[in-house]
Amino acid sequence: MTYLRAVLLVAGRDLRVELRSREQAVTLLFFALLVLVVFNFAFDFTVIDFVTLGPGVLWVAFIFSGVLAISRSFQIEREQDRIQGILMAPIDRSAFYLGKVAATVLFMAAVETILVPVAVVMFNFRFSARIAFVILALILNTVGFAAVGTLFAAMTTSTRRAELLLPLLLFPAAVPVALAAVKTTTHLLAGHPFAAYGHWVGMSAAYDLIFLAAAVLLCDYVLED
Amino acid sequence: MAVPEMSRSRTAWPDLAEKALFVLVAVLVPVCLHAIFRTVPTEEKMGVVQRIFYFHVPSALAGFLGVGLCALFSALYLWKRDRRMDLLAHASAELGVLFLTIVLLTGPIWARPVWGVWWTGEVRLTSTLVLWLLYAGYLILRQSAGSPEQAARFCAVIGLVGALDVPIIYYSVEWWRGLHPKVLKVSGGQGLDPAMAQTLALCSTTFILLFFLLLLQRVRLGRLQDDVESLKVLADRRTSHMEPA
Repeated sequence: MTYLRAVLLVAGRDLRVELRSREQAVTLLFFALLVLVVFNFAFDFTVIDFVTLGPGVLWVAFIFSGVLAISRSFQIEREQDRIQGILMAPIDRSAFYLGKVAATVLFMAAVETILVPVAVVMFNFRFSARIAFVILALILNTVGFAAVGTLFAAMTTSTRRAELLLPLLLFPAAVPVALAAVKTTTHLLAGHPFAAYGHWVGMSAAYDLIFLAAAVLLCDYVLED
Repeated sequence: MAVPEMSRSRTAWPDLAEKALFVLVAVLVPVCLHAIFRTVPTEEKMGVVQRIFYFHVPSALAGFLGVGLCALFSALYLWKRDRRMDLLAHASAELGVLFLTIVLLTGPIWARPVWGVWWTGEVRLTSTLVLWLLYAGYLILRQSAGSPEQAARFCAVIGLVGALDVPIIYYSVEWWRGLHPKVLKVSGGQGLDPAMAQTLALCSTTFILLFFLLLLQRVRLGRLQDDVESLKVLADRRTSHMEPA
């Protein structure tokens, strides 16, 4: 079995479980939507411009729902010790890790694709081709977030304070992608040229690559038991 | 049944180093205090409050040393799987958090009278806070792990990922602020009065020595904790042998 096939199998399995149970995506979607609604109440968007506050609001909604998704994605492996079976399977552990990251990125990307247009409506912004680029920028940063998050979740779910510990470790570590996502989105919504935020896109891509590579090297140590 | 190896016999040189460091720090701390409060000239613009600088900057040095050493010992632990490396990594992280806490407490006390604000989005402040949060999480993870071996393995991974993240966090926070003027210019060097530079060097040396003294003590404490744990296991086994099943 090739490495790529193993990655796709793991990701495909997560997607299949999700399609049959529809447990995660629906919950995630509603949770993220709820965060948007809370912000809609908390700030008066008739006074505050969406370009000023919107990017932050969107990213908060996505990291809150994302951290739940990542945590859940490993919890289901720990339930009934499913993880033992996977660790015994003749696939590379990093392939398992990458498959998990791929599934999480897909879930979060789906939530982002649905919720960004919802936010545009909710906060009375205007639709344009830029909105599609906003979604792409968010997904680029989601990759880095999911890469670090999945590595951390593999550890935190086998400790006593599983759900509490993941955000505690992940949010500080993900500060660079949070800042990059918000800045890139702000520039995109304001219609600035690529030169104004190109360095942020570069940093997001670098973050994604650095931590995917680091996690592939380190995941043997976190998936030992 | 193997009797757990007691640590006292094999820790001759760390014990000696610890004693020597203790004497050195005990002598240097009063010298530092004398220099800070009596001999060093008062800064012209900032006044007396600037003297907190001699605690703030050395603490920052010790804090970053802790974070750096934590990453180094974490890597060594994953490579060699040596319990001592884990004790060193743990002690480094704890001291890193301790000294960064001092940095984060003395910073606002200094900033309030000088800049007029307790806190700003300045890059060094913000990235130090993020770093502090990350390593506080590291310590909580250590407490929550199922076994000492798991704690060691997981924390080593966090220690390495954290160290990899530090420069990226720094640059992201710096870019975040855009063209915001640098409010803080302390460690430039050229503007520093020679007496002030000497005091700073003296205090930094003392804090670094204090760091290593605490490091050795913390590692010794960790070893004693390990000994207590293995003695407990041994005692449990003995009592379960004696009781009829």
